[in-house]
Amino acid sequence: MSGRTHRTGVAARASRRGLAVAALLWAAVPALARTAHPGDAAACGGCHAPASAGEVPDLRGRPPAEVVAAMRAFRSGERPATVMDRIAKGYSDEEIRAIAAWVTAPPGEAERPTQP
Amino acid sequence: MLSGLAAAGAGVLAAPHVRAQAGARIVVVGGGFAGASCARALGREAGNLAVTLVEPNARYTACPFSNAVIAGLREMDGQNFGYEALRRTGVDVVTARVVAVDAETRRVRLEDGASLDYARLVLAPGIDLDLGAIPGYDAAAAAVLPHAWKAGEQTLLLRRQLEAMADGGLVVIAAPANPFRCPPGPYERASLIAYYLKARKPRSKLIILDAKDAFSKQRLFEAAWTELYGGLIEWVPLSGGGRLTAVDAATRTLTTEFGSHRAAVANVIPPQRAAAVAVAAGVADRTGWCPIDPVTFESRLRPGIHVIGDAAIAGAMPKSAFAADAQAKACARAVAALVRGREPDEPKLINTCYSLVAPDYGISIAGVYQPRGGLLAEVEGAGGVSPIKAPPSFRAVEATYAMAWFRTITDGIFG
Repeated sequence: MSGRTHRTGVAARASRRGLAVAALLWAAVPALARTAHPGDAAACGGCHAPASAGEVPDLRGRPPAEVVAAMRAFRSGERPATVMDRIAKGYSDEEIRAIAAWVTAPPGEAERPTQP
Repeated sequence: MLSGLAAAGAGVLAAPHVRAQAGARIVVVGGGFAGASCARALGREAGNLAVTLVEPNARYTACPFSNAVIAGLREMDGQNFGYEALRRTGVDVVTARVVAVDAETRRVRLEDGASLDYARLVLAPGIDLDLGAIPGYDAAAAAVLPHAWKAGEQTLLLRRQLEAMADGGLVVIAAPANPFRCPPGPYERASLIAYYLKARKPRSKLIILDAKDAFSKQRLFEAAWTELYGGLIEWVPLSGGGRLTAVDAATRTLTTEFGSHRAAVANVIPPQRAAAVAVAAGVADRTGWCPIDPVTFESRLRPGIHVIGDAAIAGAMPKSAFAADAQAKACARAVAALVRGREPDEPKLINTCYSLVAPDYGISIAGVYQPRGGLLAEVEGAGGVSPIKAPPSFRAVEATYAMAWFRTITDGIFG
């Protein structure tokens, strides 16, 4: 298993100390539990893509701030939705900013490597 | 078939020479939503990975929306997808069946004797139906009492049986206990068959014999059944005697602990498990499913093998095509990081499952997931089902989104 199991941060410390401690740490500091990254947005492509244009918006090329504002409004309930209200509630501000940057990347860039 | 295997063999031999600059070889087994999506995503990752997808069928028949085919609302052509686009992205698609996996030497062996070495293996084999779990329900019985739980000929068989049934007939759907592929699927199927019966054979009845006492989106389904189909659908839970104890294909009789039902059309959805290749690879545990690390999707049982999609034990994530695609992309990122000796990111995943209760009446369940306590757990406060009270326009929009989702996800993977 080369190259595996060298996670850092809370999750790695927790896994070394066992699940009971992990549960405590997660419960105590949920906001510090993970760092947002562009991969968080990969699942968005299940619905938001060029082929969906018309019913579900294609977000590529849109201003990231627009997506940030929409996600926050979905999360607060201020903006009505069918499903985005339920999904937005699962994301922190930091994660929303990371997602917005990724899903608004102009056409073509989505096919580029997602890791530097 | 012969030319396909010859081409596959040539690809295997030529790859090391042609791709002198290529990075690590990643082999993906299974060309459904999980496997095909992962192969495509791996091709986009850094490291110039050499990606090989091994799939026994030359084309893929998708399960989502196959319930609409059964009800005559959609044709089978719309369910079929090829691998040409995937090939154009540089994935080596090999049409062959994997017969053995050696996790020690990191090699898979194909039916024709060829073998493929891998740096990392991604298994996305889907499910096998457990023909033998219900007394009397074997492969021969499935040709009479279709399961239609793998889309294709079985889907069309069930449709033809419904079309041939006289008005006033009894349709029985037997639903399995958890876990199984597509948790809302049996109930969407019941809904769309009821839609067909109401329009074409209104004196008919539909009974769902269930091996459990609760099901996905239950309140929404039950409210819609009352609203749209009156008393046409009857759901019999486990506690009401819903679990099958035997079937007799010759007389289309389904027996439970409480009695028996003689059906005009019977759809038996048997228990399921990870497909045989997962067992051959040693990644399935005693439950029949595959335990995984929630960050990397690497098997808990065999290092170097990752399992995604319906075969995996993905904690709170359901066995859905949306979940399979989300897991596939997260797994591709993790695999690419691991072969470069980097730390994989913790994934945050989404699932959204739409069901059609009628062509213009959609409902959904959604969830957000992240690793916690060694499993993929639901992010609390997020997710849930469509509102129980909503105007017809809301249901119509969700039906539209359901179709849009299917177009988007299949275009993203196969288009």
